[in-house]
Amino acid sequence: MSQPVLSVRRIEKSFGGIKAVRGVSFDVHKGEILGLIGPNGSGKSTLFNCILGQLEPDAGQVHVNGRDVSGLRPSKLNRLGVGRTFQQLAVFPQMSVFDNIVLAGQEHRGTMLSRLFGPSDARLTADAERMISFFRLNHLRGTLAGSLSYGQQKLLDAAMAFMAGPALVLLDEPAGGVNLTMLAHLRERLAAYNAEHGTTFVVIEHNMEFVMSLCTRVIVLAEGAVIAEGTPDEIRSNQTVIDAYLGG
Amino acid sequence: MNAWLRRVLILVLIALAIGAPLGQGNYIIYVMTSWLIFSIAAMGLNLTLGYAGQISLAQASFMAIGAYTTALLTLSGWHWLAAMPLGVLACFVVGFGLGYPALRVKGHFLAFVTLAFNTLVFLVLRNEEWLTGGTYGLVGIPRPTFGLFSTMRSLPFYYFTLMVTIIAALAMWGIVRSPWGRAFRALRENPIRAESLGVDTRRITLLAFAIGSMYGGLAGALIASLVQFIEPGSFGLAHSLRILLMVAVGGAGYFFGPFLGAGVVILLPEILRFTEGYYLIIYAVLVIVMLIFVPSGMIGIWGRIRDRFIARPVARADLQQGAQLK
Ligand SMILES: Nc1ncnc2c1ncn2[C@@H]1O[C@H](COP(=O)(O)OP(=O)(O)OP(=O)(O)O)[C@@H](O)[C@H]1O
Ligand SMILES: [Mg+2]
Repeated sequence: MSQPVLSVRRIEKSFGGIKAVRGVSFDVHKGEILGLIGPNGSGKSTLFNCILGQLEPDAGQVHVNGRDVSGLRPSKLNRLGVGRTFQQLAVFPQMSVFDNIVLAGQEHRGTMLSRLFGPSDARLTADAERMISFFRLNHLRGTLAGSLSYGQQKLLDAAMAFMAGPALVLLDEPAGGVNLTMLAHLRERLAAYNAEHGTTFVVIEHNMEFVMSLCTRVIVLAEGAVIAEGTPDEIRSNQTVIDAYLGG
Repeated sequence: MNAWLRRVLILVLIALAIGAPLGQGNYIIYVMTSWLIFSIAAMGLNLTLGYAGQISLAQASFMAIGAYTTALLTLSGWHWLAAMPLGVLACFVVGFGLGYPALRVKGHFLAFVTLAFNTLVFLVLRNEEWLTGGTYGLVGIPRPTFGLFSTMRSLPFYYFTLMVTIIAALAMWGIVRSPWGRAFRALRENPIRAESLGVDTRRITLLAFAIGSMYGGLAGALIASLVQFIEPGSFGLAHSLRILLMVAVGGAGYFFGPFLGAGVVILLPEILRFTEGYYLIIYAVLVIVMLIFVPSGMIGIWGRIRDRFIARPVARADLQQGAQLK
């Protein structure tokens, strides 16, 4: 098989006495949508933050497209084509929806100097408009992001992760607290984006319906370790997983 | 505020700035000139503090670097237009060198470093007599002449300063309107998210500080020519605090905050002079009230009044904005 887009090897992370992540390894290949599930506190978000340079793992390596990215700052990783969302809302509340989207794409174009002295970037604006249409946020274009509803902010948050034209996107509970219509919309958009651009996804989600219908493969985490891995169907019928959830 | 109204307002302000000193005595013109100069210094600190969120306690030191560089060069025969850019460039370089290590350390380390730096600059200016004239300072700094337009008299010098201020403000407007300005705002609202979207938060903060310092240098180059006499005491820590106060009083992060803040901090004591010494108390109380009750400054007060009459969308407070690492 070809070189994985994301390769995670034996990541470990402790907070004081708590071992949040205990030696997790997995690969993700181009175009895959990998689901990452597990009970609350099983270390999913911590794992994301270790992969993305927000936290420094105690041990382990991360490779993106074969390149060792351990110790890189999050901004650097983003410029290498890795987008993400956070579990909590993370839009810029005092900026318009449009400005949020443009900001998410601007750092990847030109140089520091051209971003100060250059003319305004027509291609960036066009890309932002396209992303706004893609996530159907058109009617909210000029609205302050902070005054949107929760679900709308979640959608904007996800849209921002795509502005870098990333090869890999890690989404931490994109559907958390989102209603059924919006949820179906979000799932449809992610699947469409994946089909259109071949973008690779890793998605943390508690909504099983969402995970099972969207993902091509699922990894189950419990107490910081991988306890199962397989297709959605395999995971659904896996006794260890059922026990972990009921026990957790 | 809509764009049209803003444009009219700016034109009115510029017209006022042109018309106000006509027929005034030298003293009033002098005060107005120093208002413009301190507005430039405060504008720079506003970029550092208001837009990039870093406290610098050394803005007066950067004024000193600009002032001494300009003074020494003009005293040795350079034209102001040639001397000033060197002073400003020196501030950028020093600001960069100071900020680079400071901003690698988290938190308010820049505040400490700039605090120490201010004292260091003061001591160097006082002790290196061979260069700076020590406590006696430098005297007889010339004012620039542009062909037939001499700025030796106070009114021409005021207009010269006004011109420089407008150019500096336009440059600042360009900065905060550029993608950099958007990155600054994002940084202020949610640094973790900004970083995850590719904003090199460390570098952009450093550049904001270095550019802010350049504005200090420009103000210094002007003040040297205005007073034609500089000494270390004019650039002590108290003066850095005073510029900080200007930013806070006007409204940190608002484009016109520094002009308002500098106006209040400089002009108010002058206007209140008839209250015979009480102006210091009035002024101090006002500043304390501002800092406690209106951290967004006087422009913030205007915003509050406006919001009472004109409905405007605001960010909701019920949804928690995070990107804490969970
Ligand atoms: N900054 C921190 N300091 C101390 N402990 C932490 C920190 N972050 C996470 N933990 C602990 O690490 C463990 C894993 O947390 P994590 O947030 O990764 O779980 P999760 O799988 O994302 O859970 P959820 O589904 O609720 O989001 C938890 O026990 C948590 O208390
Ligand atoms: Mg989590």
